[in-house]
Amino acid sequence: MAKKNYADAMLDVLRTSMEEDPQFVVMGNEVLGIGPEAMQFEPFQKDYPDRCIFPPCSEASFAALAAGAAMCGTRLFAHLGLASFSYPAFSSIANEIAGARISSGGKLEVPVTLHISHGLLHGGGAQHSESPLSTYWNVPGIEIAVPSGAYEAKGLMRTAIKSDNPTIVITHAFLYGAEDEVPDEDYEIPFGEAAVKREGGDVTVVASSMMVGAALAAAEQLAGDGIEAEVIDPRTVVPLDEQTILDSVAKTGHLVVADEGRLRCGVASEIAATVAEKAFGSLKAPPARVTRLDAPVAFSPPLEGFITPTVERVVAAAKESVGEAAPAASG
Amino acid sequence: MADTWDKARNAPALESMLTIRRFEEAVERLFHEGAFMAHYHLYIGQEATGVPLMEALGPDDRIATHHRNHGHVLARGADPDRALAEILGRKDGLNGGAAGTLHLSDPDLGFISTSAIVGGSISLATGAAFALKQQGGDAIAVGLFGDGALEEGVAFETLNMASLLQLPVLFVCENNSEGALGSAGGGFPTSVSAAKDLTDIPRTFGIPVETVDGRNLEDVYEVVSRAVEHCRQRKGPYFVHIATARWAGSQMLWPQLVSGETDISMAWDESGMTGEHEEWFREHDPVLLFARRLVADGDLSQDEVTEIDERVKQRIAKAREFALDSALPAPESALQNIFV
Repeated sequence: MAKKNYADAMLDVLRTSMEEDPQFVVMGNEVLGIGPEAMQFEPFQKDYPDRCIFPPCSEASFAALAAGAAMCGTRLFAHLGLASFSYPAFSSIANEIAGARISSGGKLEVPVTLHISHGLLHGGGAQHSESPLSTYWNVPGIEIAVPSGAYEAKGLMRTAIKSDNPTIVITHAFLYGAEDEVPDEDYEIPFGEAAVKREGGDVTVVASSMMVGAALAAAEQLAGDGIEAEVIDPRTVVPLDEQTILDSVAKTGHLVVADEGRLRCGVASEIAATVAEKAFGSLKAPPARVTRLDAPVAFSPPLEGFITPTVERVVAAAKESVGEAAPAASG
Repeated sequence: MADTWDKARNAPALESMLTIRRFEEAVERLFHEGAFMAHYHLYIGQEATGVPLMEALGPDDRIATHHRNHGHVLARGADPDRALAEILGRKDGLNGGAAGTLHLSDPDLGFISTSAIVGGSISLATGAAFALKQQGGDAIAVGLFGDGALEEGVAFETLNMASLLQLPVLFVCENNSEGALGSAGGGFPTSVSAAKDLTDIPRTFGIPVETVDGRNLEDVYEVVSRAVEHCRQRKGPYFVHIATARWAGSQMLWPQLVSGETDISMAWDESGMTGEHEEWFREHDPVLLFARRLVADGDLSQDEVTEIDERVKQRIAKAREFALDSALPAPESALQNIFV
């Protein structure tokens, strides 16, 4: 097993798909973001010049084009760019892709994989900062994978591309360089299986994507104060592994959900509601939600910082839940 | 009235172009000094389009611009102090630090939007035109965008509506996909359109079109003046396609200002125009081209050009100081200004 970064883990899967399936096509600009890892795409593109397509700025069109091709047996991996640029494609996703199979009476398969980069970008402002996991979660008919690191990226991408369902893979724009021990051989991480990233008996912290790292950092701080947090990464939200979360809450009695998306109708709200509904008797305190605040994103660092869910906020929420009030802290 | 360029405007126009150029050089330097973080787009190479366009507009006209907006906002007359403070995310910025480079605008000068979504400015500008037509008077709306915007579906939908409703909207496409080092220098594909001539797209919808070389300020002025007049007279929309050059200096795709800070003496002294960027200095840089022409024609002396440049440099040095001295906004103001 070698260390490799998230971008390389993604490329491993794309390369395997190219080799296995002569029809497979990668369509998108800046498939590996616009940071330094973007350069890693070049050798891949050189190896498959005819099957790497740089589309125009036409997200609505090529999201549906990819799905239409998938319905007819040619699988595409379509990168829509930063999440804000997936909004022009929302009609294609919500109207054309999500309901295609059910409307066909189960006769059609839509094995397309869409890819989006999300996250607060330290200066992205109102239109380059979106984390629309819950937006797409609210569109039934699409599988959604949220790899939190390079290991998950490789396993979940592999499952996504092999899946006969439409799938959105959501990558944090700051994760492409994240390194991990990644097996050289191909492997699949089954959808709907959460990962327990850290075991602990005092409080359950559910987090995905970049927030897994924040939750683990919070857990270290909490451990210093004698609080053992269990950190759970759902890895996919459609399907959602409810059981792993419920089992953990049954053990700890306390739940904090940390998410980079917004509070209202958000990922944290949905997971908190699910736990309240199905494990109310286990809860010793109200579920806590640590999210981005409900505001369009303002540019300046202190403004973005104010709405950002941070390690400190996760720590404070966990302490409050277990009954140990955090010292007044800002940010 | 549509008119030709008046030589009395030469000195102010050169000063406006140099203000944009020195401002953008300051932005690039401040970024590399770590004064701010952002994905930004400089206007270097396009000064001879923004300056004459804003010169041709009136005070009541409304404008929607996009991610490469600094030159538009400055040419319209925004305070460089407050524009630079905005790019640094400071409290005294034009938008209180909430906009940054991507959404920099000055609503007091008629800007209704600065969208960083490709094609986002086109439809909003057309909305402005709808209102201005409803309200009577002769004010017009301008939608500024790049060549990439014509790859978005919303552009096609909006051109159709603007034509159907005969709205007083001037579409200005600054096509920076060709010329200079083009995509080769940036390592990034720019225009991806099957239309060989982008003006074929608005032409399909019956919108009058005109193409002009964006290196020549006077030519741009004549064309956009004609277009503005067309819209003012309520003859429907108009589409101006300006062929211009995107130059280096934009984060993250091409962040180094490869040709260095502009040496205005190249307008009369050839000795510095050597090396790999010689063609840029001789054939493309619109600021040098304009200054060179003014000196060659005897409209301005070398000393007068130097004096303007020195004044601009001092102005931008002051803006830099103002921006760096301005405080960051209070964190909790992140939740302000969402609703009225």
